[in-house]
This record gives sequence, C-alpha cells and structure tokens, in this order.
Amino acid sequence: MTTAVKAEKRQHLDIKKFLANNGALVGLLVLCLALFIATPDFLTAGNMLNIGIQASTIAVLAFGMTFVIVAAGIDLSVGSVAALSAMVSASMFTTAGLNGWVALLGGLLTGAACGAASGMATAYGRLPSFIATLAMLSVARGLTLVISDGRPVRTADQVSFLGSNIGPIPMPIVVLVVAGLVAAFLLNRTVIGRYMYAVGGNTEAARLSGIPVQKVLVIVFALSGLFAGLAGMLLSGRLDSAQPQAAVGYELDAIAAVVIGGASLAGGVGRISGTLVGALVLVVIRNGLNLLNVSSFWQQVVIGLVIALAVGIDVLRRKNTIH
Amino acid sequence: MNGQPILTLDKISKSFGPVQVIDEVTVSVHPGKVQVLLGENGAGKSTLIKMMAGVYQPDGGRILLDGEPVKFRDTNASEAAGIATIHQELNLVPTMSVAENIMMGRFLKRFGMVDRPALRKQARAALDLIGLDIDLDQPVGELGIARQQLVEIAKALSLDARMLILDEPTAALTRREIAALFSVVHDLRERGVGMVFISHHLDEIAEVGDSVSVLRDGKFVAEVPADTAEPELVRLMVGRDISQQFPRRREYTGPSEPLLHVEGLSIKGLVNNMSFTVHAGEVVGLAGLVGAGRTEVVRAVAGVDPYDSGSVIIRGRRIPRHNIGAGIKAGLGHVPEDRKVQGLVLDASVNENIGYATLASTAKGGLVDFKGQRDKAQDVAGKLRIRMSGLDQTVRSLSGGNQQKAVFGRWIAAGAKVLLLDEPTRGVDVGAKVEIYELINSVTAAGGAVLMVSSELPEVLGMSDRILVMSGGHLSGELAAEDATQDKVMTLAVRDVVRDLEDKS
Ligand SMILES: Nc1ncnc2c1ncn2[C@@H]1O[C@H](COP(=O)(O)OP(=O)(O)OP(=O)(O)O)[C@@H](O)[C@H]1O
Ligand SMILES: [Mg+2]
Repeated sequence: MTTAVKAEKRQHLDIKKFLANNGALVGLLVLCLALFIATPDFLTAGNMLNIGIQASTIAVLAFGMTFVIVAAGIDLSVGSVAALSAMVSASMFTTAGLNGWVALLGGLLTGAACGAASGMATAYGRLPSFIATLAMLSVARGLTLVISDGRPVRTADQVSFLGSNIGPIPMPIVVLVVAGLVAAFLLNRTVIGRYMYAVGGNTEAARLSGIPVQKVLVIVFALSGLFAGLAGMLLSGRLDSAQPQAAVGYELDAIAAVVIGGASLAGGVGRISGTLVGALVLVVIRNGLNLLNVSSFWQQVVIGLVIALAVGIDVLRRKNTIH
Repeated sequence: MNGQPILTLDKISKSFGPVQVIDEVTVSVHPGKVQVLLGENGAGKSTLIKMMAGVYQPDGGRILLDGEPVKFRDTNASEAAGIATIHQELNLVPTMSVAENIMMGRFLKRFGMVDRPALRKQARAALDLIGLDIDLDQPVGELGIARQQLVEIAKALSLDARMLILDEPTAALTRREIAALFSVVHDLRERGVGMVFISHHLDEIAEVGDSVSVLRDGKFVAEVPADTAEPELVRLMVGRDISQQFPRRREYTGPSEPLLHVEGLSIKGLVNNMSFTVHAGEVVGLAGLVGAGRTEVVRAVAGVDPYDSGSVIIRGRRIPRHNIGAGIKAGLGHVPEDRKVQGLVLDASVNENIGYATLASTAKGGLVDFKGQRDKAQDVAGKLRIRMSGLDQTVRSLSGGNQQKAVFGRWIAAGAKVLLLDEPTRGVDVGAKVEIYELINSVTAAGGAVLMVSSELPEVLGMSDRILVMSGGHLSGELAAEDATQDKVMTLAVRDVVRDLEDKS
C-alpha cells in the first residue's frame, strides 16, 4: 500500500470511527436540523428551554440508570421510586410538618434507600436485578398510594424551588447539568466508578481481582435510587405537589435513553454524555412531533421505531469492531 | 511437497484498522499432512487460521481450495468446504450439556423435536474418539478448562472434516490427554485428513508435525521440516538464541520465613487434608493430573471458593475463609487458570486490566490516580513485553499469550509477595515464557514466594525448588527439585488414583 492510500484510508477510518462512536449525537443533530427546517417554532428560546425542562427528569433518571447498566444490571423501579421519594418528601413537609430542607433530604434518602434495598437483593440475595427491581417497582408504587391515600400532597418550598426559574433559567436545567457532571465524575474519576465497569465487563474477573463486587452492586443501585429521588423532586417541584401516579413508565424512557446513548445491556460499556444525548433524542422527537401536530398515539410508534433503530445500529457497529 | 494441497493461502494479507497483522503469507495444507504454524505470541497464527475458517476475510491475496480460488464469507462456508476448526479460545455454551455442545448447530430431529437418544449417541462416539469419559448431561460450564478443551476437540472431530485446524489444542491439557489427542491426529493423517497445528510446545512439533511454517510479526520467515532441532526452531521464531529454557535462580539470601502456610485444608469431595508451606524466596510446584484438586487448592487459598476446614496463613496473618480482599491485602496474587473467564475484562483496555487490583490502594480520597496507574501499567507492560498497539488497546484483541501476560501483570503491579500461579504460561511462547520465568525469579529474589500449578511437567521440574504432587484430592508426595524426575512425579500423581481403584474393587 502506498502512503497516500494509507493516509486516505486512515482518514476514512477516523470519520467512520467518529460516526460509529457518536451515532446518537449525529442523529440528534440531524433531527434538530430537520425540525428547524420543518417548523419555525422549533428553534425558539422558549421551546429550547421547554426541551431542557422536559429532558431534565428523564436525563436524571437515565444518569442513575447508566450506573446500573454499566454494571450489567437493570433498574425497572426508578419511576415508582421517583414517585415515592416525592410523596415521602411532601408528606414529611405537609403532614408531619417538618422543615423543608429536612423534607428535601428525606425524599432523596428515600430514593437511595429503595435503591440500596434492590441492590442488596441483587448482590446478597442473588436475585436477578430484573426481578429485584420489578418487585421494587410494585412496592414503591404501592407505598406511594398508601402514604398519600391516592391524593396529591403539597411539596416543601425548597422542593418547589427546584421546579421554578431563577431569572430566565429554569432550575430543572441547572439540576440536570449538575447531576450530569456529578454522575460523569463518579463514573470516570472515582474508584467505585471504574469498579462498575469492571463488574459489568466480567464479574468473575472483577471478583478475583479483589473488587468487592457485592458492595459495588449495592452502591450502584443506591445511586440509581438517589438519582430517581432527585428526579422525583424535580417532577413534584414543578407542580408544587407530589402526585401518586407520577412518573409511571418513566423507567422505560430512562433505559431507552441509556441504550440510545451507546451503553450495552450486556454491561461494561456506557457514558454519561451518551446518556444525555439519548435523553435529548427522546425529548426532541416528542417535542418535534408535538409541534408538527402528530397525534400522541403515532408518537409512541415513532419512539419505538427510533429505539429499535438506534440499538440496531449499535449492534451492527459492535459486530464489526469486535470479534 | 507433492500432490495438490487441500487449501492454500496465497500471499494473504490482513490489517485491523491501521495495523497490518498478516503480510503476504503463503501456506499450504496437504492431505494426510500436518502443517505446523510456529511463531511468537502475536505473530499472527490465529489470525491466519481464522481466515482459513472464514472468521476473518483477507484484505489481500487469494485462498485456493483444491486449486480453485474461493471466498469464505463466514464460518459456515468454510465448514461446508469440509474445514473444521478448534479455536484457541473456547466456543462453548457453558449452561448447555456436553452432548448439546458437541452437537451444537446439528441437532438431530425426529417429528420436529430434538432426537435426544441419537444426539447422545453421536456425542458419545465423538468423546470416545479421544477417550474422554464424562457425563453427557453435565453443563459444560461445570467442567474444568482441560475437559472443556477436550469437549471442543470432540466437537470438531465429530464434524468428520477433510481438513482440521487445531489452534493450541494442547495448551490446557496434561500429557495423558495430549497423548490421546495425538493418536487421533495420527489416525486422521492415515485417513488423509489435512491438518494445521499450532502449539507453543516445541517438543510436540516433531511428534505430530510434517512441516513447519514459521511466522514473525505477521511475515513468513521460513518453512522447515518438523524434525528440525528445537534451538533452530526457536532461533527462526524469535530471531535470536535462547540459551536456557528454564532459567531458575535462587538469589534470595534473607531468612526463609514461611510466607504461605496451609494447614489441614479440606473441601468436601475435592480436597482432603492438605498441609504445606511455601517460604520466602521459594518456588513450589504443585503437580498432578487433571482433576487431582490442584486448582481447587489454589482457589481456596486465594479465597475464591470456601473450604470446609483448615486454615490459611499468609505472612503470619490468618486469612478469613472465602475472602479474596483479605488475601490481597496480605500480599497475595492469584493468576487463575482461565484467563478469559476469570482473569480479564476483555472489552476493557490493557491499562485498566493491569490496574484493577491497585485501583483502591493507590486512590486518593476515592479518586483514581490515573497517571500513577498508567505509569505503572506502562512499566509492567514493558517488563513483561506485552505486545500491543498501546495501553488503550482492548485486551480482547491481544493475542492469547499477551492476554496471559496482562493477568500476570496485574499482580506484578500490585507488588504481590505470595503468588499463586495456575498454569501461568498456558499459551505463552518460548521467548515470553522465559520472560515470565525471569519475573518469577525476580519475585523470589525479592523475598517473595510462589506456588505454581502446572500441567507441563518440564516447567514444574525446571522452575520449582520443591514439588508437591497431588492425587485424588490429597498430597501424595513431595520431591526436592534435585531428585525429581518426570517418572517420579507421575508415579506419585497416579498413586492414589490406583489405590482408589483398588479400594473399590
Ligand atoms: N480483532 C483484532 N483487532 C485488532 N488487533 C487484532 C485483532 N485480532 C488480532 N489482533 C492483533 O493481531 C496480532 C496477531 O494476533 P494473533 O492472535 O493472530 O496472534 P497469535 O500468533 O495467534 O498469538 P498467540 O500465540 O499469543 O495466540 C496481535 O498483535 C493482535 O493484537
Ligand atoms: Mg493465537
């Protein structure tokens, strides 16, 4: 091979590699461009902030989910746990009359505790995480209804603040950014984060290297619960009240966001930046379809196809790079 | 060589991304002949045979089948051409039975359902070929790696192919099983089957081979007859002379403290009352047949599996049962027998894999010391001469021998004082073996202790200061290095097996 051909080939490879590694990002940009052309309502400040607010809940849930999926697990309970956390927090404030800060903290800790419980059932009880968190999905939703008696409960001011605006900037977007940075930091910089990749990549090899696999799993699910708790605060804060039926089915959006973002359900692979893009893809599609007056029934069809497409492309990509 | 070859790779080239792995190599496989491929780890042997098997497609050159150019689009195409392949890495479904694995993809059907009796019969016939007597219904994942390898071989044999590719089939086997495999190879040769054989055991080459193609860095070096003297083969393959195959040196002069002491270790049905000590500066070999309980002892000592009674003391500290972390803290390092399943996170980088055992201990405030970890990994990879494009290459794409070095490197990086090595040089080439032996030397010279399980008797004899022989789950004897011979070790290794048989009759 001559050097020129080689160089050309390499350049070609680099572009291909970039596209392969950032397929979701390219998809998002194409999507935005298409919507920008299709409707003048898309690229307005108001709509952008709207997208940011809508993305915040899904993205925060999905950040937590990224830990779990990187560690080769799945968390089906995040929607219910978000609702329970919001309800516990609101009840602490309204019913028990506790301080608003305490109520906020209580809500977050409720989420973490639920996650830790799923984690222990997975790590020590040897339940598949699918089953452990399916149980938690039901338990948390049930408890939410028990506590609230099926009625909305008013949130603490501190929680409502998370749903409000400071100046022109909506707080949910601030929370989204901070949560993303924290999650990325945890996953990339800390020992526990690197352990998650090892456990997800090969549990047995991780164990034999002295990595405390069970502890890692408990922490992973506790983090997922904590982020779910935070998502619950965002949701209830925006409405100034905790709703017993909040966030039903959100776990599926979260999982979809993570997977569209390039994580592998087999574990060991995943990035927070990818997850954020995945969440934005979902939200932008919904937003765009709304702007174009597509019925919500058809929206579900489109979302489903997008998930299948995104993951399908990913599978093909993996097949080509790894043997 | 005369006659028409079954298969010829003609000036074949292959690159992965920008890296050229095979560069215009030509090899032919003739009916009734065994073509040996020889080369260091990463020389490109597996890549070459994967092109014969349809796993990879060449970028340049031609594949000729009976003199006609062909393209193997996938593995099915090559199988359809009568080529069966035993890959270096096992391709078995651990949760499925032995019989199902052997017949995988060829399930016999009757009335639309799997015909179990027929399936079992064919599977049994394949196992009988290599004299393997195991339960057909046992899940493959429950077998040790040697037996898994034998199942894989049986699977390939049952295809009744006209050409058989064997990529390091003997790496996980002991002499007895190797002998059984070789007699099958001789039979196949009589029947006109052409074979490709890869092994890092040079003595096997003269035993089964006809002709040897030597590769170095993806290039063809020479083709020589299989009875070429070993030093000459080594020189062709490594490009230099290797003076000493087992360079064991005892350079430690400090006090000979017991670093590892095992007392009365028992695991129900597997290990019976094992007691032994390994001292500072010492290499103790643990020999025995497959199934003698050597790996079980090592795993129990490392805390991987629980044991029923006994105690493990490392550097004066009693290690709680079934606690891997405690052992590592006390200075233990464990190179497990199956690098792919137990040793490595295959999709993670070399850097990460070397660093797993030291992530926590080098961290500051829970944050990874990336630079420190990387420097150390670079240093260790350099010492072990791991052949890679860089520290960020995924371990999956390293050659087999280099993967093994990466597992080893983890414990070198962790500065382990007591090393438990379970088949430490499995699949490692002669040059790299010597490098690993030198590492063992430097560990013991610095006052470390090594317990080494190996099925390669010459290695046990050549590198151990003392040899423990296990048989049927217990210690059947101990030999000093000076007066150990293969015969003495084998006698001890089968002693209790024979005794057990006598007990039963
Ligand atoms: N899929 C891949 N992607 C990138 N590099 C690869 C891939 N497969 C193999 N390589 C590289 O190609 C080279 C040759 O590897 P190969 O497995 O053929 O070596 P080998 O001669 O079989 O070595 P061993 O004796 O250790 O098994 C190595 O440097 C390896 O890192
Ligand atoms: Mg190989």
